[in-house]
Order: sequence, then C-alpha cells, then structure tokens
Amino acid sequence: MFLQLLLSGIAFGSLYALIALAMVIIYKTSEVPNFGQGEMAMLSTFVAFMLLDTYGHSFFVSFLGALVFAALLGVFLEFVFLRRAKDPNILSLILITLGFEMILYGVASWKWGADQRDLSFPVSDFDLVNIGPAVISYLNLATLLVALVLMVLLFLFFRYTKVGIAMKATQQNPMAARINGIRVNRILSVTWAMSSTIGAMAGMLLAPVATLDPNLMLEPLLKGFASAVLGGMTTLVGAALGGYMLGIIENLFGGYVSLEFKSIVAFGIIVLVLCFRPSGLFAKHYVRKV
Amino acid sequence: MATLLEIKNIETFYRLIYALRGVSLSVEENTITAVLGNNGAGKSTILKTVMGLLDDQPDKGTIEFMGRRIDGKDPEVIVRMGLSYVPEGREVFDELTVKENLLMGAYIRRDRAGIKADFEKIYVYFPILKQRESQWAGTLSGGEQQMLAIGRALMNGPKLLFLDEPSLGLSPLLVKEIFKIIVEISKRGVTLLLVEQNARMALSISHVGLILENGRFVMKGKSSDLMQDKDVQEFYMGVRSEESAKGFQRWKRKKRWR
Ligand SMILES: Nc1ncnc2c1ncn2[C@@H]1O[C@H](COP(=O)(O)OP(=O)(O)O)[C@@H](O)[C@H]1O
Ligand SMILES: [Mg+2]
Repeated sequence: MFLQLLLSGIAFGSLYALIALAMVIIYKTSEVPNFGQGEMAMLSTFVAFMLLDTYGHSFFVSFLGALVFAALLGVFLEFVFLRRAKDPNILSLILITLGFEMILYGVASWKWGADQRDLSFPVSDFDLVNIGPAVISYLNLATLLVALVLMVLLFLFFRYTKVGIAMKATQQNPMAARINGIRVNRILSVTWAMSSTIGAMAGMLLAPVATLDPNLMLEPLLKGFASAVLGGMTTLVGAALGGYMLGIIENLFGGYVSLEFKSIVAFGIIVLVLCFRPSGLFAKHYVRKV
Repeated sequence: MATLLEIKNIETFYRLIYALRGVSLSVEENTITAVLGNNGAGKSTILKTVMGLLDDQPDKGTIEFMGRRIDGKDPEVIVRMGLSYVPEGREVFDELTVKENLLMGAYIRRDRAGIKADFEKIYVYFPILKQRESQWAGTLSGGEQQMLAIGRALMNGPKLLFLDEPSLGLSPLLVKEIFKIIVEISKRGVTLLLVEQNARMALSISHVGLILENGRFVMKGKSSDLMQDKDVQEFYMGVRSEESAKGFQRWKRKKRWR
C-alpha cells in the first residue's frame, strides 16, 4: 500500500514538477509568478485535441503541433503584454499574468465550451505494469519518464549550451548581459517559449487522466505553484524536487488521512512555507543594481 | 593617429537631474585616456551614456565610434562594433563559474581559435583566474572579481575598452598589480578610456588626462603635465600647498583622495 501510494505520488509529482519548472523558468527571468501558466498549457492541450480530433492528424503531429503552438503563445504573450509595461512593479506584472489567465480561459470556453472531452492518448491508462508489489499504469510510467527526460535535457541545456548559460547570465545581471552582447529581449522570448512548451507537455500528459475542459489546469497550476514555492522558487532542481515531494505527500495524505481533503494539502504547504520560511519565496532573489 | 571615439557636446539627464552638461572628448587610437573627478562628477555617466545603457540619452550631442554614429544605439549593438565596458563595481555573473563568465564575454564571437587563444591570454594576465576556473564568480575576492570583469570584457575582443574605477575597494598592492596589467593590455593594441578617483595611479599610466566636475570638463592636458600641476596635486593627489590658484576657488574642497 505504501509503495503503491508512493509510486503514484511520484507519477503525479512529476506533473507538478513540470509545471513548477515552467513557472520557475519564467520567475527567474521576468521576476513574476506567471498565473497564466495553467491556461497557456490548457489552451495548448486543446490545440493538440483539435489537431487530433477535428483535423485527424496523427498523434505525433498533433503533439508536436501543440508544442509549437505553446512556444509561439509564450513568445506572443511576453512580447505583446509584458514587454509593453514600462517600469513595471511586481504587482502590475502579476495582474498582467492574471489577465492572461482570464483571457485564455475565456478563449477556450468560447471555442470549446464546457463539454468534457477525451484526449485519446496512445499510451493506456488501464494497462498496468508491475513494479515489485506495486502497479503503475503505462500512462503514469510514460509521464514519469517524459518528465525525467525533460528535466535531464533542461539540466544539460543550462549547463552546457551557450544560450542556456546566457539565460542564466541574463537572470543574474541583465545589464552585464547586455554589455556582453546578449540580446536580453531575445532571451526573454526564448524563456517564455521554453516555459510554455514545458507547461504544454504537462497539460497533454495530464489530459488523459483528467478530463479535457477549460478547467483542466486550475488545480494542477495551484499545485505546481505550491511545488515551486516549496522548492524556493528560484532553483530548477528545487522546483522539481518540490513537485515530487508534493505529489508524494499529497498521495500519502489521501491514502492514510483523508481522501476528501487531499486537495488542500498543496494549499496548506504554501501557507506553511510562507509562515515558517517566508524567505522561501524570494530566497535567492538577485538584488539589481541600477 | 586615428581618433577612435569622438564625443561632441553630450548632455545627459536622469529624469530631472542634469548629469552631463556638454561633455566633449576624443580618444586616440593606442592611447590611455584618463578621466578624473570627484564622486558624483558624472564620470560613470559618460561611460554609460556612450555604451547606450541610459534609455533615450544623450539628450543632446553626438557620439562617433570609428567614424560611425553610435548615440541612440543599444549596448548589444555597440559591443559588437568593438567597444567594451568594465562597469564600476565589477558586475560579474555571481552564479556562473569563472570560466562561464569568460565564455559569456565571447558570446558575440564565432572564431573558435581566437576565443581559445584569448582564454589563454587572459589566464596569462591573471593566473589566479585559471585556478578559480570552476568556482562561482560570487565567491571570488574583490580583486579577483575585478580581474574577471576585465578578462570578460577582453573576451569581447574590443578595439576600445572602458574601465570604470578598476581600483575601487582594492588594496594598494592589488591596485598596482591591476594597473600593471592595464598597461600590458594597452601595449597589446587595445585603446583604453580609464575612469578613476585614484588620480596618481591613473595619471602615471595614461597619456591624456581630463578632469570632470559637475558634469563638465574643467581641465585637460598631457598626463605628465597634469601630474606637475599644483592644483591637480592639491585637489586630486592630496599634496598640500600654501596657496590655491584662482581658477580653483569655486571648487568646494571635499574628501581628500588617496
Ligand atoms: N540612476 C541614477 N538616477 C539618478 N541620478 C543619478 C543616477 N546615477 C547617477 N546619478 C547622478 O548623476 C550624477 C553623476 O553620477 P555618476 O556618473 O555616477 O558620478 P561618478 O561616476 O563621477 O561618481 C550624480 O549626481 C548622481 O547622483
Ligand atoms: Mg562612478
């Protein structure tokens, strides 16, 4: 029982980890928690659904198409809305991302309505694999693996590629980045594209276990955010670990304490972290010199 | 001798603060030019304005680098033209390693062989950086960070290099070492514009010196002449003299320099 709860906790945790990673990548560069993240992922998932169901493309094409859409959506939102804000403060930035949330939610509701749909996934949620005494569905296993591969890729990207290092440089000291010729605006575009793509991955992995409607990402976003806060908001590794931890804690809570209140665990964690480690949220916030 | 940088009558504002009040300056190729001045005189503002770091500035005047107008251009563009900048306070990437910092200096370059050669050159100038190669820049001492900042700017492959107070906060011994290397860099064909409060040091290595006060140049001359000048000695090098010359009466005496 414990192992089973742990295992499915990890599977769900990897989704939270992806959402947390997506948020942290943006937070580190644009210094704003992006509350539109969930809806960006939800809309991208709907695009996959549309390509698959309405236009009859193969799963592979639809999936890739949705990722491309996600990347463009990220670039578009940053370019059109955030970049226009002159001398923005944190509050106005947050308001802008809440604006994304509402606009994208509205678009999805208008286009696809409140009907619940199924995103048919080539990997089954019902066929099970045995791992020791526990079982895991193929879908959960795929989720776990995809998340893992994505994290390794991200790690390699930030560690070894010039653009990855330039992204970190820009996060740490935008002025110094500019005088070394790093085009900060381009870095912002790349950041939003990457983040949005990762979020879309999470959305598409989540849709088959949940139901695809405009509310798809409401709860997962909260949980991804909680994971990011748990991890300190500024480290990718922390965000990923936070995601796994939350997934596990939540599942154990659901299994041993109360299934009904499982969902409040994430909220409880945000509150606890903010109470006992208030610096958590802005732990390694870089002081910008003017 | 060719003129690399030609600044004509620039005026710069920080909102309502009138920081540069008509500054002109030309920098000749293969020289070291020193700009001296009190804290708050506007020295850093000159460099920031030229680098394009201040939005919509200069408000008036023109800046030409190697015969091309650069006022109004972005720093990302200016650095690609061959003008590099070591900012006041070093501004290294704290959570990148020393090596990654230098790599970011080479961000705009594609010539692998040249980049590699420059890495080696910088490790010869600053052997300590080689030792600290895989350490985060934020964990370096002030002097090491200054070396890294200079090294990073050299990795840009500049024709002209701005140095903003490289001696700030360093021990006298380290200052000597840094200045020795600055001279070395100059000999290797990089033209330098040096902003300093340490007038004695700056004048001892530069060819031309200018003195800035309240956003205007009040004096200009060969560095060797300035060093002999009674007023410069008194006001900038801490040498006491009996009488003060008339031209300097309006200067409010402030903190004495080292
Ligand atoms: N970001 C800024 N905003 C407003 N005023 C500034 C800013 N930076 C510098 N100043 C003002 O401009 C003047 C020149 O500053 P600065 O160029 O930094 O002087 P220096 O480098 O010679 O010490 C000072 O009066 C300073 O207070
Ligand atoms: Mg200064």
